[in-house]
Amino acid sequence: MTLLQVTDLRICFGDKRAVDGLSFSLEAGGSLGIVGESGSGKSATALALLGLHQSAVVTGSIDFDGTDLVTADPRPFRGARIAMVFQEPLTALNPFQTVGDQIAEVYRLHTGASRRAARARAVEVLGQVHIPDPARRASAYPHQFSGGMRQRALIAMAIACRPRLIVADEPTTALDVTVQAQILDLLDEVRARTGAALLLISHDLGVVAGSAESVVVMRDGRAVESGTTEQVLLAPRHEYTRALLAAVPKPGTRSFEPGEPLLRLHDVRKHFPQPRRGSLRKPPPIRAVDGVSLDVCAGETLGIVGESGTGKTTLARMMVGLVPPTSGSITFDGVDIARRRGRSVQMVFQDPLSSLNPRRSIGESIADPLRLAGVRDPRARVVALLDRVGLAASEYDRYPHQLSGGMRQRVGIARALAPAPRLIVCDEPVSSLDVTTQAQVLALIEELREELGFALVFVSHDLAVLRQIADRVAVLKDGAVVEIGKTSEVYEQPRHAYTKELLAAVPVTDPAEARRLRALRSATN
Amino acid sequence: MTGYLIRRIGGALLVLFFLTTLVYGLFYLAPSDPAILTCGKGCTPERLADVRAAMGVDDPIPVQYWHFLEGLVAGRDYPAGPDVRHCPAPCLGYSFETDQPVTTLLLDRIPVSFALALGAEVLSLVFGIGAGMLAGLRRFRILDRVVNALILAGYAVPVFLVGLLLLLLFCVHLQWLPFPTYVPLTTDPLLWAQNLLLPWVSLAIIQAAVYARLTRSGIQETLAEDHIRTARAYGIPERRILWRRALRGALLPLVTLTAIDIAGIMTGAVLTETMFGLPGVGQLLVGAVRQIDLPVVVGVTLLTGLIIVVANAAADLLYAAVDPRVQLR
Repeated sequence: MTLLQVTDLRICFGDKRAVDGLSFSLEAGGSLGIVGESGSGKSATALALLGLHQSAVVTGSIDFDGTDLVTADPRPFRGARIAMVFQEPLTALNPFQTVGDQIAEVYRLHTGASRRAARARAVEVLGQVHIPDPARRASAYPHQFSGGMRQRALIAMAIACRPRLIVADEPTTALDVTVQAQILDLLDEVRARTGAALLLISHDLGVVAGSAESVVVMRDGRAVESGTTEQVLLAPRHEYTRALLAAVPKPGTRSFEPGEPLLRLHDVRKHFPQPRRGSLRKPPPIRAVDGVSLDVCAGETLGIVGESGTGKTTLARMMVGLVPPTSGSITFDGVDIARRRGRSVQMVFQDPLSSLNPRRSIGESIADPLRLAGVRDPRARVVALLDRVGLAASEYDRYPHQLSGGMRQRVGIARALAPAPRLIVCDEPVSSLDVTTQAQVLALIEELREELGFALVFVSHDLAVLRQIADRVAVLKDGAVVEIGKTSEVYEQPRHAYTKELLAAVPVTDPAEARRLRALRSATN
Repeated sequence: MTGYLIRRIGGALLVLFFLTTLVYGLFYLAPSDPAILTCGKGCTPERLADVRAAMGVDDPIPVQYWHFLEGLVAGRDYPAGPDVRHCPAPCLGYSFETDQPVTTLLLDRIPVSFALALGAEVLSLVFGIGAGMLAGLRRFRILDRVVNALILAGYAVPVFLVGLLLLLLFCVHLQWLPFPTYVPLTTDPLLWAQNLLLPWVSLAIIQAAVYARLTRSGIQETLAEDHIRTARAYGIPERRILWRRALRGALLPLVTLTAIDIAGIMTGAVLTETMFGLPGVGQLLVGAVRQIDLPVVVGVTLLTGLIIVVANAAADLLYAAVDPRVQLR
């Protein structure tokens, strides 16, 4: 039986068409993935299902169980029959209300239950999403939960009123890879247990592959391809789907000859002291990096992988001398890194928008390190650099906000290249980019590395990206390297339990493989 | 929490100590001798010495300061001719000018200032939050514009101008209200309120503009937050979203501001008090400075400091009470 039938949906914001004639259907109890890059109209579609657009014109029909949600009042459906799980669990919950109260409020609103019954239901659903000790944790405020727990709480809110459809809009985007896998597994479990259909929206083909029975690929507000997950992901017909799949990082095949050690880290530690709280005894410091020893060799690409809070950004900053280590030594070519200047090590930052001066044209930003190196009239050199990273010379006088995310990251790379460094440290350089842009930037970095021969340290949370680009990989956990080795060895024969856990959590685009990994995860838990 | 309070109180005492030291120091830099002023014309050296002893200004400055601190904690005795006058703790001394105990002077003035501050604050909050909400909701475009214009005007106009215009309009032209004179609340509550109405309004016009602006931007910001979208997506009625969620987020900064503003009016509304003839703390201070009446000046400064320190602590405690994310430590 068809639960949701969307026909010729159009959503316009003023003159701009966000969704332009989209049709799809979802069976009761089924699961459908909508995949697209930013600006493809997938989130606008999700909001339209509940009539949450405030200034958009929505036409077409959204037939939900016999009611057209475009014309009918959507309010009785919100939360009761269609429930939504949002992207940012950090901000999606009311900070002034306990988690249990928020769930109970929604339940009472739609069922008219008593306060006590609503509270009991809140505790029950929190238990169903595997919040430990739900009766006690229901009285906690959202800020007392971790990111993964907040997302579980939001899913608990979604299932509280036993809806027939759960819409999850990028439910795992802000989460670590192992937490992402847990949340996706949970959504799957919830669907099996409650019989609710799942509409899963994501930019990540791998997220959809394991959780959806059928897939719609969206681009510029239209569905370019739809079908069962196997059909679309294994035998794509449309070239855009093929391009998306091709942009997913693949294992690299580069042979690699390690050169002389260039950057040497010996027992490096970084401890951040904590302020005294209440008691007179000083609390122990946060050990962001705790005893890391490794070499970066000339000509190699070293990948550093870790989840949030493992100290990978602190480590990267220490490698370029931005943060002094608490103890241990970092030497570049035998000289302490703190005494080296621009021409040895450069850094590419995670967020190109906030790491470029917004009041300075991008050409001037790239010229800065050249001027520091004593170049008198750097314009010609900057234009050459712009050309080298695939930007037109006319971009010199534009400002960061006028560029796209991918272009800004190219500027960041050009700025790092400017003083001709022998080592470049990249901290999550592609994590804020769409998958096709990400592939282009990765290809650029790879090309430049081959041509100019610098060594590269690539810090990332994304195991797939590192598998493509890195010669060696170091796995970071709680500020220490738990495993380091050749990429192929680490990925194929991981020795440390944490590495195995990380690898099992990586989303893959092959649906059969995704199901195998899910079974593996549920077996180990 | 207890640790926090202890540290807070310790800090407050330290602030007050430095404040009195500063005022004492500044005062003795002034070139005039209060004893000569008090002694008046035809003053003989013997009389002057007596006056100095009675006023307690015959000792070196550090000793005087020490006596002052002693008096605050334990009370002190002043020589008065053959007798001794005892001033119980907390002793702030006697006014050089009127010879009354400073504590009595202050206790007389505090109710006036407090009534002024509280009334003005209530009016400002009611009108400020109301106007800010109307503007923040953007339901009625014209209303938003009007409120915005009023807010700007409120910011721009000085308080004495507002006060004078109000006096002219209501007391001279329309003659709806008598010229304000202070009537204690205990004598006649109605008359008390009638006389305080104009001072309240003239202070509130400016204060309300500040609150309206804060409320307006606060509501607009909170309504744009993700958790409001979640509430809508789960069918929470719009009215409830506004009252329970948006307003709460918007009013948080007002909590702190209100406590500090009450302290500000209590001690700083000199212009308003003078214009409307209210015998408040601000007026007392101005008079004392003009007369070089050291004990009164120090007393008022100490009171001001105390009120502001207490108000700040109250604001922090209130903030922690209304926002679960804030922890006091």
